[in-house]
Parts: sequence; C-alpha cells; structure tokens
Amino acid sequence: MSEAAALVVLAACLVAAVTRPRWAPDWAVAAGGAALLVVVGVLSLKGAREALGQLGPTVGFLAALLVLADGCRRAGMFEALGAWMALGSRGQPRRLLAMVFIVAAATTAVLSLDATVVLLTPIVFATAARLRTNARPHVYACTHLANSASLLLPVSNLTNLLAFRASGLSFARFGGLMALPWLAALAIEWLVLSRAFAGDLRRPGLRSTANLERPELPTFALVVVALTLVGFALSSLIGIEPVWIATAGAVAMVVRERPDPRGVVRAAEPTFLVFVLGLGVIVRAASEHGLSTAVDAILPHGTALPALVLVAVISAALANLLNNLPATLIILPVVAVSGPGAVLAMLVGVNVGPNLTYVGSLATLLWRRIVHAHDHETDMGEFTRLGLLTVPAALVACTAALWLALQVI
Amino acid sequence: MRVVVWISEDTWEACVDQARELLPADADVTLLHVAPADVEELAAHPGPRLLGRHPPPPPGPPLRMIADEEAQALLEAAQIRFARPAHTVARRGRVEREVVQACAGADLLVLARDGERRLGPKSLGPRTRFALDHAPCQVLLVWPEAPPGIETIPPPPRPRRH
Repeated sequence: MSEAAALVVLAACLVAAVTRPRWAPDWAVAAGGAALLVVVGVLSLKGAREALGQLGPTVGFLAALLVLADGCRRAGMFEALGAWMALGSRGQPRRLLAMVFIVAAATTAVLSLDATVVLLTPIVFATAARLRTNARPHVYACTHLANSASLLLPVSNLTNLLAFRASGLSFARFGGLMALPWLAALAIEWLVLSRAFAGDLRRPGLRSTANLERPELPTFALVVVALTLVGFALSSLIGIEPVWIATAGAVAMVVRERPDPRGVVRAAEPTFLVFVLGLGVIVRAASEHGLSTAVDAILPHGTALPALVLVAVISAALANLLNNLPATLIILPVVAVSGPGAVLAMLVGVNVGPNLTYVGSLATLLWRRIVHAHDHETDMGEFTRLGLLTVPAALVACTAALWLALQVI
Repeated sequence: MRVVVWISEDTWEACVDQARELLPADADVTLLHVAPADVEELAAHPGPRLLGRHPPPPPGPPLRMIADEEAQALLEAAQIRFARPAHTVARRGRVEREVVQACAGADLLVLARDGERRLGPKSLGPRTRFALDHAPCQVLLVWPEAPPGIETIPPPPRPRRH
C-alpha cells in the first residue's frame, strides 16, 4: 500500500512537471506530495529530514550556479561568445560548427547544461542566421552538447551535483576521471554531426565576417568564472567546500552587476529548487518501499567494464523513460554502494542518454504527441535519427574511457 | 507560366541564375524562402527538456524576428540578382512541405541539388529530395556550381554471384 502511494505521488509529480497545468504548478505538487507522504506515514519525519539534509547543500550549490550563470548573461558574456564564434568562423559553416563545439562544450562544462540550453542556444541560432548560413547543424550541436558535454565537472549538470556528494570524490578527481569520457563524447558528436550535416556545411555563408566588430570581452565575468574554477579545483586542498566557492563567485557577480534583488531571486529559480527538494523526498519514500530493491535487482554490481556499461545503458534507458533528474535520484543510492566508478557510469547514462528523445523523455514525448497531435513544427524524426547514431556509441565509448581512467588515475 | 524559385541559404544563387537564363520573359516568377520552424523551436523553447525549470525567455529580440529579418534580406538579395520583376514569399514551417504547398497551381518549381557534388542520389539532401518527389508541377533541378563530370558516376553494381 505504502509502495503504491509513493509511486502514485511520484507519477503525479512528474506528470505535473511535464504537463505544467496552471492550477497545479509542479513545485507545489512536489512539495505537497512530499508533505502528504510524511503526514500519512509512508515516510517518517526522520527519513524526510535526512533526505532534505542530503539534498540541501546540493540545492544551495545549484542556486549559486544559476545566479553565477545569470550574472554572466547580464555581463554580456553570451553575446560576446556569439560575436567571437562569428568572427572565428570566417564565414565557413564547418569552422562555425567547430566554434560552436568549443563554446558549447566549455559553457556546458563550466556553467552547466542549463546555461547552454537557455542562454547559449538562442545566441547560436541568431549568429548562424546573421551569417546567413543554415542554423540547423549549429542548433543541433548545441542541443546535443548540452547533454553529452555535461560529463566533465560536478557543476556541469544537476545530475552530477547530486552524484558528486554521493560519490565522495574531490572536485579535481571527479574532473580528472571524467575528462577522457567527456573527450570521447565530444569526438563522437563531432564525427556524427559533421557527417550528418555535411551538405549544409559545404557552402560558405553569405555575409563576409571581415566587417564584424570585435566583441567587447566581459573581462570581470571571465575572471570570476576562471577564479571560481581554480577554486573548485583546489577546494579539497584548501579544505573549503565547493558550494562556498560557487557562492563567492555568484556574490561577486551580483556585487558587480547590482541587478534588481528580485532579478537575483528569479535567477536562482526558487520554484525549481523547491521542486528538486520535493522530488528528492518523494523518491526517498518510493525507494524505502521497494523501488530501491527493484532497481538493485536490475543493476549489475562491481566495477568491471561490462558491469559499468550495463549501468550506463540502464541509466540511459531510465533517463529516457522518465527524465534524467528522477532517474538519477532513483538509481544513485543503489549504485553508490558499488563505489565512485559505478556512480560515474550512471552519470554517463543519464547525461548522454537524453539525446535519444527530442524532449528528454518518452513520457514528455507521448504527452506532446497527444497535445500537439497536429503540430508540424517539431521534426522528431531527424532528432531521433541523430540520437540513434550518437547515443549508443557514446554510451559505450564514454564508459570504456571511464573504465580506462579508473585504472590509470 | 507560373514559376516558383526556391531560395535557400546554401544554393539560391544558382537557382536565380538558371531561372534568369532559362525562363521566358513573361513568366510569372515567385521567389520563395522557407524558414525551418523546427530549428527555431529547438533554439527558443527549451521547455520540457529541463524538467521543473521555468527559465525566463532569452534576452534580445525574439528569434522569430531575427529569422524573419534575415529571410527578407535574403529575398531582397535574390530579387536584385534576378534583375527581373518577381514576387517574393516568405513562409515558415516544415521546409519541404511548405515548398510543395507553395507550388500549388504553379507550372514549374526551380530548385537546386544540395548534397554531394558528384553524380548520384547523394547529390540531393532529404528536404530537396522530398520537394522533388512531391512537386505537383514540372521541376527544373540545377547544380549549385558547374555540374560534376561524367567520371564522378558511381561504378555499376557488381553482378551477384550465386
């Protein structure tokens, strides 16, 4: 009975997040559902407090990163990156794609997948349009790299932040182990996308880039981001939790830009933070009542290469079924027992996997098909074809690279 | 004679040049550009891909406005190069289907190969192939540059051994 109740609340929470009804915002459903499970006794108050205690620092870390990325936006960093990509392309679409790869991979790794999806992708579209070249390859590259280039650092993806705490790794070691899988993912994306769009990349753009103005670099923002990264890398040496370094970076950006306080709060997306906390408590309840046992029965144990690949594949499947955030919350406690290798293999699955479906999960896809039955605007076929070409290869190559890194480092 | 000339970023000059050279002077010519709505949607609406997040719309002018401006600019450039009276039409949607729709009632569609620069089926990209296969009128298919030589033809398939 308790198991069914927890699963129903989890489903309601995901349905609310996907369908976004006005009368039941997802964050309210998550918070209300979590409270309900405690009130009816499915989850003890102690269990809920434990779950919140574990998630709290991660959610704070996330808030700091969102404010830092928003500060970079205010400072004009993404416009500058757009201008830099246009200049570097010299009007050649293939060079522009290379620039997009560099910028999207770096933005995702340093400022997270969200920054690439929300802030960088529209800039890339506008840059390609203004060069009067086909925007399709470049927008697809951004969309793909937002997922597959989010393997590198704990701050690159919320899934990584959640796993980072559970893995017990230092920031530098996390990055060290994930560097090779990250490069493997980038290599596969480049091979597939540059071939798939070869026709679109052949012709030079129509606009000469000779007259483009040199972008004004947002020096302060770049220095803050660079120092924050150095701080992350040295965090275990100097004994400061990375969350405080991210907070310092966010505060520096706020002090410099002096935005409207409401703007800062909005940038931190409080409703999203509440959603993550609520979802975490609900998954905890479901896990205590059988979900963990079920996941444990499916997942292999140990850190041999076949076991790691299977962990990545199952994680990718669950991320495609639900979405990578709930998938991570469900799988993480189970794989954490097998050590950091298995945790990082799970991340390969939940980060690379969502490139298979246009909107990141089958549930969302089904919903959108029902609602937009006559929507001609989304070409899911092309997205899925590219996903089928990249995701299986990247899952295997990245996990193999991870296994190699685990042997060497 | 009603003619639709498909103006796409990658191949428009060849289409315009061939249309100017080959079409009769009294042809009623429409220069057509189609903006791919799916790419714009992918760039502008992260929506459901970020579960639980409700980011504010991106700063700067809406992507639709940028796409519309650039489409108009491209059509103007095409009109200048054509150097003959012509209508211009900018559409938005699924590119290949919009091109076919725009051909309703037309006598001729002018479009260019946009794939590999050698003889063979790969010289057509998927959208051009769709428009070619479904055009409800005659079609003038041009090479974006000088046509490749006969030596680029793929070798004949080897006879099957049983």
